[in-house]
Formats: sequence, C-alpha cells, structure tokens
Amino acid sequence: MEVSAPSATDSLPPPGYTPVRRRRSGLKLREELPQRVRWPLVISSIVLPLVAWTMLSASGLVNPLYLPTPAATFAAGVKLAQGGLLLSDMTATITRVAIGFGIMAVISIPLGLAMGSLPGIRALFEPMIGLIRYMPAPAFIPLFIIWLGLGEAAKIALLVIGTVFFNTLMSADVAALVPKTLINASYTLGANRRVVMRKVILPHSLPGLLDAMRVNLAATWNLVVVAELVAAQSGLGYRIVRAQRFLQTDDIFAVLIVIGLIGLTTDMAFRLLRNVAAPWARP
Amino acid sequence: MTLEFGSARPIPKLEAVALFKDFPGTSGTVSALEDVAIRVWPGELVCLVGASGCGKSTLLNIAAGLEDATDGVVLVDGYPVTGPGADRGLVFQSYSLYPWRTVAGNVAFGLEVKGLKDDDIAERVRHYLGIMGLAKFAGALPKQISGGMQQRTAIARALATEPKVLLLDEPFGALDAQTRSAMQEFLLSVHRELGTTMLMVTHSVEEAVLLSQRIYVMAPNPGRVIAEFKVPFQDRSHSLVHEPEFLSFVRQVDDLLRQQASVVGTQ
Repeated sequence: MEVSAPSATDSLPPPGYTPVRRRRSGLKLREELPQRVRWPLVISSIVLPLVAWTMLSASGLVNPLYLPTPAATFAAGVKLAQGGLLLSDMTATITRVAIGFGIMAVISIPLGLAMGSLPGIRALFEPMIGLIRYMPAPAFIPLFIIWLGLGEAAKIALLVIGTVFFNTLMSADVAALVPKTLINASYTLGANRRVVMRKVILPHSLPGLLDAMRVNLAATWNLVVVAELVAAQSGLGYRIVRAQRFLQTDDIFAVLIVIGLIGLTTDMAFRLLRNVAAPWARP
Repeated sequence: MTLEFGSARPIPKLEAVALFKDFPGTSGTVSALEDVAIRVWPGELVCLVGASGCGKSTLLNIAAGLEDATDGVVLVDGYPVTGPGADRGLVFQSYSLYPWRTVAGNVAFGLEVKGLKDDDIAERVRHYLGIMGLAKFAGALPKQISGGMQQRTAIARALATEPKVLLLDEPFGALDAQTRSAMQEFLLSVHRELGTTMLMVTHSVEEAVLLSQRIYVMAPNPGRVIAEFKVPFQDRSHSLVHEPEFLSFVRQVDDLLRQQASVVGTQ
C-alpha cells in the first residue's frame, strides 16, 4: 500500500457542487453569538421601549395623567430622592426582603438538601409541600393579618410562605442531581455519609442552590410589593398606593423603575456570586 | 498472637466465596450471580470478561462494598467485606472526578477523609501525581484536561489511599483507541512499579490478555464463571498484540465467549 500526501487538485470540489447556504448568525440554535451582533441587540432591548414610550407620551395621543413622559418620570424620581422619601422607602422594603429571604433560605436549603439526598425525607415532605406551593401566597394575607396583625410579622410571613416551598423543592432537585457514581466513589475513598454530605453533595449543589435563590429572590421582590400595597406605612409598594390616591402616575412610574433596577442589581450580584463561588460550573 | 495452621498456605488478597446475587425482575427474580468464586493473589492483575449482563460489574460492586450479596462473602486478606472502605479503591468508567476540585485536590480527597496532616497530604499527592505523569496538571480542573488525563487522575485518587486492592470497572471503555492503548501501557507500568493487586472488568478480550496474569470468563443468565485462563506472556507491551501466540490466545477466549453467546441466543 502506498501512502501519499493529497495534492491541491484532489481537494477541488466536484463539478456541479454548490455550497450549503449558512444560516444568519443570531438565528442558529444554541450557537455562540458574535460580539458585533450581540451588543446592538442588547442596546436595542433597552433603547427601543424607551423610544416607544417617549414617542407615545409626546404624541399627545395619551393623556399625560395616565402616561407621564420619561422626563417627568425622571423628575419625579429625583424629587422623591431629594425629599429623602425614596431612601427611607427603599430601606424599609429592602429590610423586609432581607429578613423574609433570610428566613426562607435558612429553612429551605437544609430541608431541600436533606430531601434531595435522603429518599425517606423526600417521601415525607414532598406531597405536602407539592400541595401547599400551589396555594397562591397573597391568598394567605387575610389569614396572616388575623393571626399576626398589621405589622411587620404578617408581611415577612407572606414573603416566606410565598417562596419557601419553591426554594425547598428546587434545592432538593439540585441535590438529587449529584451523580450516584460520585457519591459511590467517595465511599470507596473512605468517606461516610456525613463526609459525603459536607464534602460532595454540598459543594456540588452550591451553584444550583445559588440559581434557585436568585429565582426566588425575584419572587420575594414581587411579594413584598404586594404586602406593602395591602397594609403598610412605608416602603416602595406603599409609595405606589399613595401616589395612586393623588393621581401621581409619574411617581408610580419612578418607583416601578427603582424596583426594577434594585431587582436587576441583586440578580446580577447573585450571578457574580455564583461565578466567584463556583468557577468550575461556569457555563 | 494467633496460631496459624499450615502457615505455608498463602491467603488470597481478594476472594469471593460462593457469591449469589438476585435482583427482583419483571418476571421473577433475575440471578445476576450464581455461586461465583474467584481469587486474586497478592500483586496479581486479574481481569473479568464476559457479555453484558453476566454480573461482572455486580461482582466488582459487591467487592467494593457498594452492593450486598444475596449470599456468600467477599474476603480481603481473609477478612469479610462489610461495606465500602478505602482499603478497596474503585475506578469507574465515567471518571467520576469532583468537578470543583483540581487534579491535586481530587487526589487529596481520600487522604483528607483519612485525617492526614496537610504536609503529609501534599507530599503524597505530589508523589502520586509524579507516578501518574500528572504533575503538570496539578492545578487544572477536570473539565480542562482530556479524558485520558481524567482517568489517570481517578486512578491516582484511588491509589493515593494505598488500597490493598484496586478495582477497575471498564476503566478505559470511554476512551478513543489511541488513548486507550496508551492507558493500557500506563496501567502496566503502574502495576509493575507499585505492585498493587488489581481486579479489572473489561469487555475487551484483547485488553484482558494484554494486561492480566489470569482471566475469569463469565456468562449471563445466571451470571457465573465458566472458565479461567492463565495468561502465559511475560513481556507485556503493545508490540505483543501483533504476535501470533497472542492472537491465537485471544481467539481461544473469544471463541468461548462467542459459543456462550450463541447458546444464549438459541434459548
């Protein structure tokens, strides 16, 4: 048998060959997006709605009482900030979120990890949690007001009840994803159940736990505003209710944007935390 | 001190005695192992070959202590196995490394569990990374290195606790042909250097003949040992695989397996 290097003529396409047409980048499934395509899309995502809002509010088609201009909204935001109301409302709301989210995490993460690793615990808790989590949290508000009054406790309870079951089940699924062979390998290296829990299941679950927390932090933000709409003397939700009474739609818009920005910031912080805490799981 | 009768009689490093394993199946119980007996002598490298479903991996898992036998016992140095432990290292086909730990961190795991001092761990890790040719990759994460290097890391991790027996479950099954033959050479050199007793499951007869001193051939339904071969070759290296004696030996084992498959096929 003779082996020779291919010559240049060998690699010419046969006659009648037409190359396959390539799909436009950006429309290929799960394909890496080139930066020059990505950035225009990212910027449009924010600029286009802003332009639409500006044009609609400036066109005179909609009464400015219903739809304030971006400029009026910005001015309202600045006024709220200068009066110190914005800061005190933000502090009140963020404090509620922090306490509610903290209690939720302290309950759901250990319970979820236990459910995901121990089938007995899962069988014991999953049916009830699966049932309760479909009960809408805001429907509990009257009950919490009867039980806990109109103060902070009722609001915190709403935040906890609305997220704790989801985060528990999500954490359980994360823990259940630890490969069985990884656990078995650890046993053959001399580890016992406690060591496997601490040195295998916990670190393997860390990025997934942070993802679940990120999702449920967003849910906590939704619920805290609901709680403040119902009964509160402070907070961003309360500010919206007050603004409604005086038809200050520009204030409502300003507060909504502030809520969105805080949410986006915490979301990004959690993504960053995930990448720092578990660089091995970076996509 | 214990009194030893006939102390000249050596004790196998690993021994399976009258091992039975039943699994509940859809139509009655399935007998994964029926009266299986094997012995692995100190320093030996023994292979288990057989069609899928012959119970060879089950046997390995029982030896590792990850599964319980329905009946019978596995002895290590004459003592019965009651559960998993660091005296029997296990290497899986899927490398099963800790993805958040570096190569060095993976090798250190068993030593940390043992409660060794940090200095001792670092020294032992360095020693085994050296033997495995992994020193350059000590700080790399598993996802940053090739499949062959990952499997080396898994072997290093299993050897670092200095087990009495190393159990290998189709360790090179997921590797491409070139990497696979490089890893076979590598395993032979590790075996020569450390003299660790090894029991390996493989579905490649050629691999079994190349690597091991003895081969147990197993057959399914019920899983049992049907033959034992002593492999006569002294000089183990990849040039061996082209020798006529090697090829005819492989064919002999292969024929037996094929016969068994046709028997099962006509049932």
